[in-house]
Amino acid sequence: MVTNYKTVMMKPVDKVATALENIPANSIVTVSCQDKNYTVELLEEIEFGHKFAVCLIPQGTDIVKYGEVIGRAVQNIEPGAHVHVHNIEGIRGRGDQVAINQ
Amino acid sequence: MIKLQLTNDNKFWGYRRPDGKVGVRNHVLILPTITCATQAAKQITELVHGTVSFIHQHGCAQVGIDYEQTFRTYVGMGANPNVYGVVVLGLGCETHQARSVAGELAKTNKPVEVVSIQDHGGTLTAIAEGAKIAARMVQEASAQTRELCDISELIIGTECGGSDACSGISANPAVGAVSDMIIEHGGTAILAETTELIGAEHLLAERAVDDRVAKKAYQVIKAMENRSIQMGVDIRTGNPSPGNIRGGLSTLEEKSLGAANKAGSKQLQEVIDYAESPTKKGLVWMDTPGHDIEQLTGMVAGGAQVVLFTTGRGTPTGSPIAPVIKISTNTGIYEKMSENIDLNAGTIIEGKESIESVGTRIFEEIAKVSSGKLTKAEVLKQHDFGIWRIGPTF
Repeated sequence: MVTNYKTVMMKPVDKVATALENIPANSIVTVSCQDKNYTVELLEEIEFGHKFAVCLIPQGTDIVKYGEVIGRAVQNIEPGAHVHVHNIEGIRGRGDQVAINQ
Repeated sequence: MIKLQLTNDNKFWGYRRPDGKVGVRNHVLILPTITCATQAAKQITELVHGTVSFIHQHGCAQVGIDYEQTFRTYVGMGANPNVYGVVVLGLGCETHQARSVAGELAKTNKPVEVVSIQDHGGTLTAIAEGAKIAARMVQEASAQTRELCDISELIIGTECGGSDACSGISANPAVGAVSDMIIEHGGTAILAETTELIGAEHLLAERAVDDRVAKKAYQVIKAMENRSIQMGVDIRTGNPSPGNIRGGLSTLEEKSLGAANKAGSKQLQEVIDYAESPTKKGLVWMDTPGHDIEQLTGMVAGGAQVVLFTTGRGTPTGSPIAPVIKISTNTGIYEKMSENIDLNAGTIIEGKESIESVGTRIFEEIAKVSSGKLTKAEVLKQHDFGIWRIGPTF
């Protein structure tokens, strides 16, 4: 059953949406932005302000929010999965990677 | 673009200074140019009503551009039109000489005097001398009345601190709408926090008034990013902070794209260095770190009379000389920390209020605060001060 939990997706090209309240695992939520609509079953609990994937995000590809790149997937991220520091990394200011490459 | 409706005549009651600028406060500043003088400065503020000061750890054994940046910050704090007059308090032997700072401040034609702990023969004598001068200045300041001033005379600093995932949805877009409105009425809005624009710089550079400004935008971003790269660390180890991450922000780029909303939609007129005064009206980017207090200090030293500060995690931040209007991004933190937060933009998240409507409330609050209403940070004497140091101490 589709629930009425509040979510927001900032731009139609985004791959993630933000929960605007605490949403329990297994909830089916609808996400829409302009002409883009998704119905997603959450694979885990998503806390207020946290993000979930609205589509499959393959490992190594860009995470898009606000219509812009906010980072990169470090593993395959399934639709409905929590998207956060455990499965995405920043691309900018990565002195650690420069150190590894040297 | 969000258009706000005018709700008043765009005027406020301010203090006209000898250099023509307008202050929204009438402080007498006890300005310690060296950490050794900060305790004496604080003692003077306890003796004399109407004086403010700040504690810091700088002013000696500094060289080159780092010396200059600290010097510029001291001068900017004293020159800010919210300050009626300044007692510059030095030790005597420090690199940042009180007399040099006072010499620059004298150009504003406001009352400026120097007290030196070594010249006056010790802490108690210097406190007594400083307090006597301050007492006279405070009484003179109290005789000055506010006059009707135009909103175009304001420089509004914008800042976000303790951000969460709501910052980029509610409070920052509302501040962006206010920034547009201030600029439409001939005023100036400062965008800062260069670190927290990494990943959003192309959006601002596209709005630059010319290629030179666009180039400078990319330059300051590259310089900031390179500092973390040279340290061999992932910038995420420090920014976003643990609180930002608990609030749902996953990367610096995500935080930046939310933070950039504070800049509204206007053309970017110039990119200025830390603690420099804008030379143009309109939207101005000041190169500062994301550190809340260092950014705040830079904007106030650059002449901002009022600062808008959005927060999702809640913060007490305030300045000794400029009112800081705190705006929560979510209603939960507004209710939890109402003693620190002035306005709530969380209503946008709940669908109860539009960005325009919250922007209008903030704009009205700017007019009230500029005319004398105290912010919560002022009532709580939250006199934060921090200089962005760009070189080692020797």
